[in-house]
Amino acid sequence: MADEKKKPIKTKNPKDPQRRDFLTLATGVVASTGAVAATWPFISSMNPSTDVLANATSEASLKGIRAGEVKTIEWQGKPIFIFHRQEKQIATMEGRGEGFDPENDSDRVKRPDWLVVVGICTHLGCVPLRKKEVWFCPCHGSVYDNSGRVLVGPAPRNLDIPDYKFIDPDTIVIGKEQV
Amino acid sequence: MKKVLRWIDQRFPLTSFIKHELTEYPTPRNLSYWWNFGSLAGIVLMIQIVSGIFLAMHYKADATLAFDSVEHIMRNVNYGWLIRYLHSTGATAFFVVIYIHMLRTLYYGSYRSPREIMWWTGQGLLVLLMATAFMGYLLPWGQMSYWGAQVITSLFGAMPFFGDELVTWLRGDFIVGDATLTRFFALHYLLPFIIVAAVFIHLVALHSVKSSNPSGINLADKDNIPFHPYFTVKDLFGLCIFLVIFSYFVFYKPNLFIMAENYVPANPMQTPAHIVPEWYFLPFYAILRSVPDLLGGVIAMGLSVMIFAAMPFLDRSKIPGGSRYRPFHRFMFYAFVIDIMVLAYVGAAAPEGFVIPLGQIATFFYFASFAILPFASKIEEKWLIKRGLPAEVEAMMQSEEAQKADRRQRKQDRRKTKRKDQ
Repeated sequence: MADEKKKPIKTKNPKDPQRRDFLTLATGVVASTGAVAATWPFISSMNPSTDVLANATSEASLKGIRAGEVKTIEWQGKPIFIFHRQEKQIATMEGRGEGFDPENDSDRVKRPDWLVVVGICTHLGCVPLRKKEVWFCPCHGSVYDNSGRVLVGPAPRNLDIPDYKFIDPDTIVIGKEQV
Repeated sequence: MKKVLRWIDQRFPLTSFIKHELTEYPTPRNLSYWWNFGSLAGIVLMIQIVSGIFLAMHYKADATLAFDSVEHIMRNVNYGWLIRYLHSTGATAFFVVIYIHMLRTLYYGSYRSPREIMWWTGQGLLVLLMATAFMGYLLPWGQMSYWGAQVITSLFGAMPFFGDELVTWLRGDFIVGDATLTRFFALHYLLPFIIVAAVFIHLVALHSVKSSNPSGINLADKDNIPFHPYFTVKDLFGLCIFLVIFSYFVFYKPNLFIMAENYVPANPMQTPAHIVPEWYFLPFYAILRSVPDLLGGVIAMGLSVMIFAAMPFLDRSKIPGGSRYRPFHRFMFYAFVIDIMVLAYVGAAAPEGFVIPLGQIATFFYFASFAILPFASKIEEKWLIKRGLPAEVEAMMQSEEAQKADRRQRKQDRRKTKRKDQ
């Protein structure tokens, strides 16, 4: 007798799902979705806060940077190299470069005499040092040319170009408004 | 006193617990001093937690104050120098003890059945320890702290698709900054307590499978002796020796493990000319640098830490124990230790000249020694059996075979009875 009563509850016919199975599943799905959703505020709180985002732009004056000189300014806390290139430096940089991430020099500058790059090695985030006609990363030995293109690894790609625009011939604004 | 104890025992199994897990806990009588390092690690953990809590009473986790607050501890706080040097030297001591503990496990084959869970919880503890040490190293906010954190958080940028977003999320800023410092402090305070919890899991596993021993053979009951007083004394003696050496470094050479560059406040605009991680990360750092591709390097480094977990599967020999009865296992062990030292040298040297190929060869050898282990252990086993084993080892292997056959037989029987039922 007892066996006969138990049997219909045990059978799992896909065409006739048991209500209990459905309720268990639904409860499980709702609960786990809720639990996952509840973690979002905590995960999101670890992203840059609004005051960090508010520092999204920096203004830099180009006055006083002589040809051949590099000035480092701060943007979002990162070093930005502003390089006033000489005629011969521009001339040698023309074309796609000798490195393994070829890119036209003209695509990397807004005005050929001013190179603006993020001064952070694309390998692991160290600040490259200016050495003669190249940038050299002291951490793992990457080398970049006068267009910020990588010549020697382990850096995987060229130095990044930030968003910037000339607001007048002697001033640039780096970054986009983010808030 | 007895009355109080009886009152407690009626409500909580205090006496029986102490008897079962400490005083009468059966321990192999042939344990050597290499078996001291587990309890030593526990003591160092306590030193770190206590000194760390007292440091936190004076430390300020703020990018503008952190460096000065550490100097304040060193100069103004009563015995602040001592507490700080205990903590910084303790980090080094922790890794020394843990690495010896791991090498002992590898040498004597203690990771093998039935101690896999011990080995894996140990692996988890190693990762937790590394994370805690890495985050703690940022807190003094010196140049090495800063650029170490910058480089290691950048590693996550190698993740395809959302690498950059992940790095920004980890740092809470576009570079390592105040947000990074405060969250590292919070986690550096939290993780040790998670480590304590994980240590308890490690110990529960230990007390279920019991200690391994230098012979590598499961001992008969008559070869076990109670933990107290035999091993409480042995552990305490080892602890005294440890504390003598530890005190020497705390009081006479505290700056041996703190790089001079770290007494320069963090400067996000300038990377020091030569950045080196702490000595305990050097071999892994060398592996990272030896792979020319960034993502490949990150994967290789992660694998070099986690690959130890595979040891119970890789070692396929039927000969019980570790190097005691296995000459080739012993040879590979020493070759591996030398290889780690070569990698440490490579990690500390500037990446130029012969250091680069040396690092690549050592990296190759590191992974190769894991890769050939399944085959080497099998070949060695056949050779050893052909040559003839000590009687005790043979008896042990036979009893293990018999147990296995017995289990197989019972499984088949169960299957048969099941079939009959249907």
